[in-house]
Amino acid sequence: MSFITRGFTGRGRERDDRLPPGQTLVGDFPVLSAGPTPDIDTADWAFTIRTESGTEHSWNWDEFMALPIEDVTTDIHCVTHWSKLGTGWRGVSLDTLFADVDTELEYTMAHSYGGYTTNVPLDDLLDGKAWVAFEYDGEPLDPEHGGPARLLVPHLYFWKSAKWVRGLEMMADDEPGFWEQNGYHLRGDPWKEERYW
Amino acid sequence: MTSHLDGNALAGPLADFFSFDITTATGRCKACGTVAELARAMVYVSGAGTVVRCATCDHVLAVLVDTGERAWIDLAGVSAIEVRR
Repeated sequence: MSFITRGFTGRGRERDDRLPPGQTLVGDFPVLSAGPTPDIDTADWAFTIRTESGTEHSWNWDEFMALPIEDVTTDIHCVTHWSKLGTGWRGVSLDTLFADVDTELEYTMAHSYGGYTTNVPLDDLLDGKAWVAFEYDGEPLDPEHGGPARLLVPHLYFWKSAKWVRGLEMMADDEPGFWEQNGYHLRGDPWKEERYW
Repeated sequence: MTSHLDGNALAGPLADFFSFDITTATGRCKACGTVAELARAMVYVSGAGTVVRCATCDHVLAVLVDTGERAWIDLAGVSAIEVRR
């Protein structure tokens, strides 16, 4: 007989294996912002992918909403140690947005209304790993959470899921974005605890 | 709407970096040229870090990240800081 048994701690104390190291479950949806919340009318909104040749692939709101839309249920992990499990989103896959994009470059910089930037390798955006999301929990995305649309890259820490996203710029090198210039990790994999430099 | 504090909130976080009260120093915004006391800046505090913005043009003056064990400061948005003795 073993003296070490999980039975004494009870099932409720077992760590949820969906939680990356150093993370705690939350019920609410904390808001982290580096500045004022931009007020973007969908009539003025556009999403643009710019390649090394200067070619721009751009969608206005109506064109964007006419693209194939996916329902996404995923866990999200913020570098400030909170995680939410099974969150529900609707958005357009980056695979759809990159379908006609011709690029040899391996890195992207996400640009947001309001000036925020974050760098994401192209590999982390493709093959069903990322979306431009416009609904959360069945409702249009609240401006405080990045509406009208935000990047959703749930396998990386949530600062990579740029709020108020307006486009992606292809880059030859993995240049740091806003938080990455100031101590945060270039990639941000929560399972490797890639929080800081 | 995300609310912000004024620059006086920086007195504690910046004490690690400056031996004087930095909030009374004046700085020049690189974006618009406004020269103002740091205490007049707009300060956005979140778990990820502290972002200091020019009260005139909203441009980022400074960013602070503090993990408890490590701290970073980026003053790239300020072209000069004046301290009066």
